[in-house]
Amino acid sequence: MTTLERPEIRETGLWGQSWSIARRNFLHIKRMPEMLLDVTVQPVMFVLLFAFVFGSSIDVDTAAGYRAFLLAGIMAQTVAFASFTVAVGLTADLEKGIVDRMRSLPISPSAVLVGRSMSSLVHASIGLVVMSLTGLLIGWRIHTNLVEAAFGYLLLLGWGFAMIWIGIWVGSAMRSVEAVNGVMFATMFPITFLANTFAPTDRMPPVLRFVAEWNPISALTQSVRVLWGNDQPLAPGAAFPMHHPIPFTIGWIILITAVVAPLAIRAFQRRTAD
Amino acid sequence: MTSLHAIEADGLVKRFGDTVAVDDVSFVVPQGSVLGLLGPNGAGKTTTVRMMTTLTRPTSGTARVAGHDVVLDPAAVRRSMGLTGQAATVDELLTGRENLHLIGSLYGLGSDYIKRASNDLLERFSLGDAGDRMAKTYSGGMRRRLDLAVSLIATPPVLFLDEPTTGLDPRSRVELWEVLRELVLDGTTLLLTTQYLEEADQLADNIVVIDHGTVIAEGTPLQLKDQSGAAALVVTVSHAQDLAAAEALISPHVREVHVDPGSRQLTAPAEGLGHMTRVAGIFEGSGIDLDDIGLKRPSLDDVFLHLTGRRAEQPTQSENDEEVSA
Repeated sequence: MTTLERPEIRETGLWGQSWSIARRNFLHIKRMPEMLLDVTVQPVMFVLLFAFVFGSSIDVDTAAGYRAFLLAGIMAQTVAFASFTVAVGLTADLEKGIVDRMRSLPISPSAVLVGRSMSSLVHASIGLVVMSLTGLLIGWRIHTNLVEAAFGYLLLLGWGFAMIWIGIWVGSAMRSVEAVNGVMFATMFPITFLANTFAPTDRMPPVLRFVAEWNPISALTQSVRVLWGNDQPLAPGAAFPMHHPIPFTIGWIILITAVVAPLAIRAFQRRTAD
Repeated sequence: MTSLHAIEADGLVKRFGDTVAVDDVSFVVPQGSVLGLLGPNGAGKTTTVRMMTTLTRPTSGTARVAGHDVVLDPAAVRRSMGLTGQAATVDELLTGRENLHLIGSLYGLGSDYIKRASNDLLERFSLGDAGDRMAKTYSGGMRRRLDLAVSLIATPPVLFLDEPTTGLDPRSRVELWEVLRELVLDGTTLLLTTQYLEEADQLADNIVVIDHGTVIAEGTPLQLKDQSGAAALVVTVSHAQDLAAAEALISPHVREVHVDPGSRQLTAPAEGLGHMTRVAGIFEGSGIDLDDIGLKRPSLDDVFLHLTGRRAEQPTQSENDEEVSA
């Protein structure tokens, strides 16, 4: 006869479920700290490389010099790479059948994605902290007030949020972690360099300069520099977004999310439907 | 609608583009019993399970699990069942206990309950000592057992197992069978898919055989074996070029003969030991060298040969196809 205890299955909300899944992703980081390399060693290496190797031959017109100019750029690049983390993690879970296991449980179908997004934002935040500390060591400072400083970080995280949708989209569409890495590297890498992230745009050839200044990453970088007092005076002929970087950044975050989120959700549903 | 059937498949159809993966599959599984869904790779077993566990929406038809409709009320279905998929889907970077905790908390179980149930399950699946080790250090058999334990954390009344023993060594397989039997004794309804008749034979009260997405036979293991003949007579010639001559030689003495050039084997319905000895006799002095002549117990292949008149597309050589050599 029945001797098994059949426990009561309580309704848990989307947040509780997502948190359980995010916590599992944190355990992954704890078990494989090398998963944090992309937001620790890699950006720090970039900071040092650009600050000391290339920096001496890049002239910027700010009080604190190139290192202060550089930091916002590297941070913008790193949060843009949040899309990598999401895409790789999601593809791995899809490949290994973890997503199907979750979907067979009495949870909201979106919990898998929300949990993944939560852990990726934390992942990116760790990067921001590490880079801020590195920056402080090499002479970067925030010259404005607390509110503006916080707003700068908030924009970076908002950007990371928009990038998460790109990550879900690519992660759902690609069949393997290797493919994800290939696609993301081939797109995100040039996009984050063809901007004002590492070098001022005013000495680029006109076409390139136009592209770079309209690049959404440039708006983000410029916003953060302005908010932290790390910006240099705008060169004559700077494109429109460079004059209004903050509204542009917010606009880009909303636009990218509004366009990519439905695509991402549809790709995820299609991937898991059959 | 309530019913005494823990699982009902009702005209399930799944199309992927032009391909019909599952074509009008219906069956019932009474509460507390075990159904074996038997078929070769690609027969539609997994797709059928995926529809019944709400992972894939049926193109038409439906299924009910614990009385809940998979199309109309998937959430209620998910609360009533556990699923162990074909590949062990435990999280390798989590310990056994953390895997149990993750799924338990997603079910909405209380933390104290999860701790208690995890200890019980780890003990029961002989993972007591390994519970705090990362799952990536587990052997294949241990992962399977953990996977099953995870599916049981909420003690679902209905359990779906997709090829639970594929890739396991014979000992782990037998151990897993033991655990499954205990679950059924405790009142759990089980649906398991398998490629092995032996496995279905060991565990299932009823077997549904599917091929090309349709049910081609169903019944108790005994009924199926009776249908597919008691055993097959298998003659293996030493040289492939002798196959035609061997076929000509044997044909008058058997009801039908199937030639498989790949394995250099002739297979015919067995008609007892005396018959086998007679057949062995006709090869003497024929100039055809034999590697082996023997009786083979019915395997999935033989059920297929009988039911469809052809071999299963992907012959599964289970270690249970013992040959009684003459």
